[in-house]
Amino acid sequence: MKFRGLAILVLALGLAAAAQEPIKIGGLLEFTGACAAYGQMARTAIEFAREVGLVPTRVLGRPIEIVYYDARTEPVEAATGATRLIEVEKVVAILGTMCSGPFLGAAEIVQRAGIPMIGITTTSPLTTKVGDYCFRACFVDDDQGVVAAYLAYEYMKARTAVIVVDVVQPYCVGLARFFREAFTRQGGKVLAELAVRSGDVDYTAQLTEILRLNPDVIYCPNYYTEAALMIKQARDLGITIPVLGGDGYDAPELIQIGGKAVEGVVFTTFFHEDAVATEIGLKFYSLYRQRFGRSPSSMEAMAVDAYLLVVKAIELAGEPNPKKIRDALATIDLEVVTGRTIMDPVTRNPAKDFVFLEVREGQFALKTVIPAGEAKALKARIGM
Amino acid sequence: MSIFLQQLLNGFTLGSLYALIAIGYTLVYGILRFINFAHGDIFMFAGYWLFYWFFIFQLPWWLAALLAVALTAGMGVVIERVAYRPLRHAPRISLFITAMGVSFLLGNTIIVLPWAGGRQKPFPTPAFMTQVYTVGTVRIQGVTLWVPLIAAACLLALLFLVYRTKVGRAMRAIATDIETTALMGADINRVISYTFLVGSALAAVGGILWGCRYPRLQWDMGVLPGLRSFTAAVVGGIGNIVGAMLGGYLLGLAEILFVAFLPHLSGLRDAFVFGVLILFLLFKPTGILGKPLKEKV
Repeated sequence: MKFRGLAILVLALGLAAAAQEPIKIGGLLEFTGACAAYGQMARTAIEFAREVGLVPTRVLGRPIEIVYYDARTEPVEAATGATRLIEVEKVVAILGTMCSGPFLGAAEIVQRAGIPMIGITTTSPLTTKVGDYCFRACFVDDDQGVVAAYLAYEYMKARTAVIVVDVVQPYCVGLARFFREAFTRQGGKVLAELAVRSGDVDYTAQLTEILRLNPDVIYCPNYYTEAALMIKQARDLGITIPVLGGDGYDAPELIQIGGKAVEGVVFTTFFHEDAVATEIGLKFYSLYRQRFGRSPSSMEAMAVDAYLLVVKAIELAGEPNPKKIRDALATIDLEVVTGRTIMDPVTRNPAKDFVFLEVREGQFALKTVIPAGEAKALKARIGM
Repeated sequence: MSIFLQQLLNGFTLGSLYALIAIGYTLVYGILRFINFAHGDIFMFAGYWLFYWFFIFQLPWWLAALLAVALTAGMGVVIERVAYRPLRHAPRISLFITAMGVSFLLGNTIIVLPWAGGRQKPFPTPAFMTQVYTVGTVRIQGVTLWVPLIAAACLLALLFLVYRTKVGRAMRAIATDIETTALMGADINRVISYTFLVGSALAAVGGILWGCRYPRLQWDMGVLPGLRSFTAAVVGGIGNIVGAMLGGYLLGLAEILFVAFLPHLSGLRDAFVFGVLILFLLFKPTGILGKPLKEKV
């Protein structure tokens, strides 16, 4: 009798322990390399949001644990990280990466293992095409390219453009291609497409070529450090041609490194604090400002979004089963920091708005918002 | 024409930087017959030292720069003492692998250091470097003017040190025959320390000038310039100081002019630089000024 009581007690404790066993989510983010700022901002934002209780830290009655791994902005490192997170840490889903290149490195692995992975700001259309376990929380570059071309043509009144593209980043190559097509279809002319590579620091040769071609706009859809250095050198050479970029500019480093040279630079990206509309968004922005004395960047808002989407998907799945989480994620419809996110179950791309920002007095200032629907309409109008 | 002149200036500036770094490879190779692959990271550290002294400890720029050069030079000496000296009589491959290890250690140290980390940092460029001078139609930025000048001054000082002083004579003697020089009573270890001091100090000057021109700090920023400067040292003739300078200037000019004349091939810039390295290694491994190495029996 006594023994049975003890056995029941042990069993109950064991069950309780199992229930307390955390549900692990992978955080495959770039803490070093070309996009170090994005990965580090994402981690800071997610940890901050968890700490202040803005987002749930428990799901299905069990605590959530995030296991981070540095993707180093390299596809090979991201692949190693995904393997480790899946096989050693036994995560049920992966948050990340921030950049498309590393995502593509890890995508085959998560697809084969059947673990859903949601790219936070991976905008290259290729990323979700790898398979049905690959998701994104952001817009897609074929739309971003169209929006950028529209802004260049209609807003900046540019008729000729030179594209400077980082040829080792799938994100940059893709975005440049979509801009080129959209800008040409609108009636503009792309005078040249000049190649640079991540890690390059000297752009004077390309810039001297730009000086000769004298386009109305320089479209440079590269990452922030390379862009900041290039723009600085351009202004030093006396080139005053406006520079248009993409979401790769959205890091404080653009201004820290570029200084006065990046004043007036414009770019398309995910979000801006002046566009906050949801309740959780307002709360996130005000709590963040209280803590850090500055506004979060859109990358941080996007990271919290991705976390919310995955946790909601686990809750909807009812159990930490990767297959069920995938199915829940594919049909998710949730109010997050940057607005309502409705996942397209077929493409696994949510419809998201675009913001058009300008560097003004060392800050990112909102110029205009282009709703997702308008981007689709623009795309249809030019037949893309 | 003015565009060509501009490109020439750009190439010359880049070449000066390569020359400063290439010296470190060539000095060490000349004496110890091994490629110090941590040299690129020493170069990187100079930028971070300046970053710390200027942004974190708020020292004036010139003092921060002097401290950065001194500390980087000291680091070079310490690394030699701790990592290379115990392996003096070990096979070359052990030294080579150790140098790789030191390189990774230095790079990853930056990632874990407070205020530094994996994120890119701005580099403090002093005002005289950012001022723009206009001569005719050519715009010359302070950097383009000062970098070659400072580099040339450092290189002249180095030539003086190597060819006109006692330490320099000892360095040349060791480069010719390390055992015999030791028998003659020269303190080999001290001279080797001097070599690392000088090589690292030049790399530090190179690192600071590099930062002024390309104001971005990153933990792995020394890798590519390091490899390119190594190429310059090989092209000029590894082990030969004048050769390293020449190689640096040639490579800088070639790199810029390659992109300038073939802008649509600009993505192949590294392929071009390292293609040059492969060609030299295949057809003229001693470089432009290097003498064929006699096998010592």
